[in-house]
Amino acid sequence: MKELKASMAGTVLNVLAAEGQAITPGQAVLTIESMKMEIPVEAEFGGTVEKIHVEIGGFVNEGDLLITVGE
Amino acid sequence: MTKTTETTGYNDRLEQKLAKIFAGGQQKYHDKMKESNKLFVRDRLKLLFDDENYAEDGRFANVEADDLPADGVVTAIGKVNGETVCVMANDSTVKAGSWGSRTVEKIIRIQETAEKMQVPMLYLVDSAGARITDQLDMFPNRRGAGKIFHNQVRMSGMVPQVCLLFGPSAAGGAYIPAFCDIVIMVDGNASMYLGSPRMAEKVIGEKVTLEEMGGARMHCTVSGVGDVLVATEEEAISEARRYLTNFPANFAMKPEKIEAKAAKAGRSLEAIIPENQNAPFDMYELIDQLVDEGSFFDIKKLFAGELITGIARIDGQVVGILANQPKVKGGVLFGDSADKGAKFINLCDAFSIPLLFLADVPGFMIGTKVERAGIIRHGAKFIAAMSSATVPKISVIVRKAYGAGLYAMAGPAFEPDVCIALPTAQIAVMGPEAAVNAVYSNKIEAIEDPKERLQYVQQKHQEYKEEIDIYRLASELIVDEIVAPHQLRSVLSQRLSFYETKDLPLPYRKHPIYPV
Repeated sequence: MKELKASMAGTVLNVLAAEGQAITPGQAVLTIESMKMEIPVEAEFGGTVEKIHVEIGGFVNEGDLLITVGE
Repeated sequence: MTKTTETTGYNDRLEQKLAKIFAGGQQKYHDKMKESNKLFVRDRLKLLFDDENYAEDGRFANVEADDLPADGVVTAIGKVNGETVCVMANDSTVKAGSWGSRTVEKIIRIQETAEKMQVPMLYLVDSAGARITDQLDMFPNRRGAGKIFHNQVRMSGMVPQVCLLFGPSAAGGAYIPAFCDIVIMVDGNASMYLGSPRMAEKVIGEKVTLEEMGGARMHCTVSGVGDVLVATEEEAISEARRYLTNFPANFAMKPEKIEAKAAKAGRSLEAIIPENQNAPFDMYELIDQLVDEGSFFDIKKLFAGELITGIARIDGQVVGILANQPKVKGGVLFGDSADKGAKFINLCDAFSIPLLFLADVPGFMIGTKVERAGIIRHGAKFIAAMSSATVPKISVIVRKAYGAGLYAMAGPAFEPDVCIALPTAQIAVMGPEAAVNAVYSNKIEAIEDPKERLQYVQQKHQEYKEEIDIYRLASELIVDEIVAPHQLRSVLSQRLSFYETKDLPLPYRKHPIYPV
């Protein structure tokens, strides 16, 4: 199980993946709005989305867990 | 001429000694090197120098000890790309490349040679650190290991200093890379750490692998102590040679202009830059359209990717580029990107490499995380380095340049030789959305009808955009020129050639109090 964490503080603008979905490295899985910029969050690794820990509009701080990815 | 028996005898002795020195350490250590895809120190030097054009000093160091050929380090002066350089190279087949007293003395002497000749100093590091059994002879004394670092600091900015890390650089030895201008690390083999994983487990109870503690990839992506991550030793050496082509031999000389090449074929800048200020794009694609194809030397590519730093050529003229990367963290500046920018500016300024700033920056990051990490003092380093650089400085406002982001990217107040705006440029304390919220939040909240509220906000956005319209800023002489994106490369080439003679005296004082 791998964890995708927020690289910077911001608000979740969009969730682009669903639980149970297969994702590949480099795929944008979330968009975070921060400093008025739309920042795509790309998966650093492939796998299946096990759990999405955030919802649209929620605040995330740097280092917060966004998504858990299983094999 | 016939040799006398006596002379032949002398020569035989010399040849025997030389053969032993050239062979390095025991065969089992050579085998171990091969297993981990490492080259013998003398093979590294063959690849580094032009046609084996080099001369070695102190070759017979510790020859009487019998099992310590060259005392574990080869020091040499020779030609790289036709230019003279000095080199120290650890031999890890000899006592794991550890340092004895003669090892240290040889390193100090080759540094002194580099300083006297005013030529670059290269450190090919692959060493377990101090020979603890010899510590009194090599560690604390006046010409002990500390002197190596003292010399590095003294020579910093005088001649280029390059570190190629092939193996470990442990404990005190880890300061060799730290004091170099650039550190090239071989993935999987190179490492740097003050305390080994074994020591960490004993002293602080932490269980960790060598790779996690101080591996090449970690240092090039997380700590920022490494600058260039390469797959093989051959690549490390060819990258070091390529890096040096951009530098003069010393601070008093200027980098040479080379033959111009066209930019890489690709989309026009007009197509690359999105109109929506908030939408990401890849700044590398834009840089490719500005520089001579294949000339970009990326420094700290894998570290703090929101700021790109690298040396390139525009029509054969060397230039150091700092560019915000909107694709990574929105191009927002953080503590790490500020450090990255500051060191890069210092490097270019020391060796007369003009600076080009490509600004598309929403500002420095805000929030508790970064304030607690001292983003203000990190940002101050970046701004101080940029502000005190006296090489030609060209500032290009690509899209937004908000707040202290404008300062860091050589905004008008920091005496760039020219501040060029693209038609997409937007200079302001903050973006329209943030500004309207900051100024009119009470009024906005007081409007009850949502439709009316939206209308009010949109009207204020519009007024704000007009206020910071780039033609208005040009009219007020805030920016010096507005350039069509497709003409930017030729405009930059022209400006670089005009500014070649720039000569700015430094203010009279001992030195500034550097923010750290």
